[in-house]
Amino acid sequence: MPNVHRRTFLKYAGMSAAILSAGSVLSSCSDDDTNDGTGVSLGSGDVAVLNYAFALEQLEAAFYTQVILTPYSGISDSEMTLLTDIRNHEIAHREFFRKALSTGAIQDLQVDFSTIDFTSRDKVLAAAQTFEDLGVAAYNGAGKYITTPAYLALAGKIVSVEARHAAYIRDLVSNGTFSSNADSNGLDGAKTPTDVFAAASVYIKTQINTNTLPK
Amino acid sequence: MDLQNIFSEIEKKDPEIYDRLDSRRNVMKQFGRVMALTAVPFALGSMLKKAYGRTPSDVLAVLNFALTLEYLEAAFYAEAITHTSLFPTAASLNAFTTIGTHENAHVAFLKSAITSSSGTPVDKPTFDFTAGGTFSDVFTNYATLLGVAQAFEDTGVRAYKGQAATLMENPTVLTAALQIHSIEARHAAHIRSMRRASTGNTKIKPWITGKYTDIAATQPVYNGEENEVQANITITGITSLVTQDAATESFDEPLTKDEVLAIANLFIVQ
Repeated sequence: MPNVHRRTFLKYAGMSAAILSAGSVLSSCSDDDTNDGTGVSLGSGDVAVLNYAFALEQLEAAFYTQVILTPYSGISDSEMTLLTDIRNHEIAHREFFRKALSTGAIQDLQVDFSTIDFTSRDKVLAAAQTFEDLGVAAYNGAGKYITTPAYLALAGKIVSVEARHAAYIRDLVSNGTFSSNADSNGLDGAKTPTDVFAAASVYIKTQINTNTLPK
Repeated sequence: MDLQNIFSEIEKKDPEIYDRLDSRRNVMKQFGRVMALTAVPFALGSMLKKAYGRTPSDVLAVLNFALTLEYLEAAFYAEAITHTSLFPTAASLNAFTTIGTHENAHVAFLKSAITSSSGTPVDKPTFDFTAGGTFSDVFTNYATLLGVAQAFEDTGVRAYKGQAATLMENPTVLTAALQIHSIEARHAAHIRSMRRASTGNTKIKPWITGKYTDIAATQPVYNGEENEVQANITITGITSLVTQDAATESFDEPLTKDEVLAIANLFIVQ
């Protein structure tokens, strides 16, 4: 298993912070989302945008890995099946970006899900909805920064799958709310990388230098 | 909104932007105040067109292509929800109403985008939702109704995806198209969940597995979705958890305009 999973599990299992930080020499372990140019560099241009997607996929994959490892109480067979599907999709996305970026890929990020009660269906699904809607809005907002048509096509192939996840999770939270986040023009969200990192930073321990992302 | 940034970026590349816009400088000052927030992106597009004197015809062609598909979907849901007795639950009727509302909004949005770019929106075609009799009970049989809805939504997702690269030259339009694209995917997922529940067929999931469809007549909507290789990277087996099914589900595939029209034209009389 990639390190991020093991770390997540250890954290969830209540291992001490000292052990966790010993395994993360490269990260500065800061929850601070202000950016002073330090932290993991995303690279520049299209690589930065792809690393941005890679970071989000790491976050989602780690989240669903935990969901499946410690299912919430009362989980139904159908929920277990489809949430396992989602975990596998996010892992496929994560590993795809890792390979596509090759030597340009950022390191495995340390995640922090200590604010999420994984035993509670409501809490897990609320967090899942946040991640999925955020992921969709992140891809929608980043599309215009991509300069290579093939990369834009790949982002398009992934974002609609994230939207399918979002709709499924929203329906689990409250049936019929699959696209309730649309605006009056029937448009889904689109967020800037800055806004996305601000929303995600509570779940990412590793400090990321977002200064090279297109703005 | 990041309008100030947009204008400063433009100004860096073209210091004379404000002169080109001349008296429109005042318009810009009132920009945020006067216009509904949602209308801003295309008002911006219109201003840039005035400044540079062109709206690429291929972008307009994509918008009209999208409009044709949205007409199709909007008319389908408008008709469907008049057959209230077809729907087994209030939730199912509500879902169709919700989706229909979005498709109507997409029609209005695309028409205004085309008009504000000095284009002419295509006329609404006349539709035959039985597709010449293939789906003869589309408005009398709930199963057929849902089957056609699923085909329309999954086609819509693939259609927008196939046009993204053409829109790269116009970031504002690209972003809006992506925002419609993911809403279509949400619709598709919900319709698929409705079918999973009503048919009891657990091979139907909110996402597309391989090129699977349980309705043979809709196979062209799914051909190509079995792709397992992305950017020369084989997704199947990328980790032990990523089976062939998971690999194909993880990436939705585009359709070309011609492939989409071949499907849509089955439902278009003229």
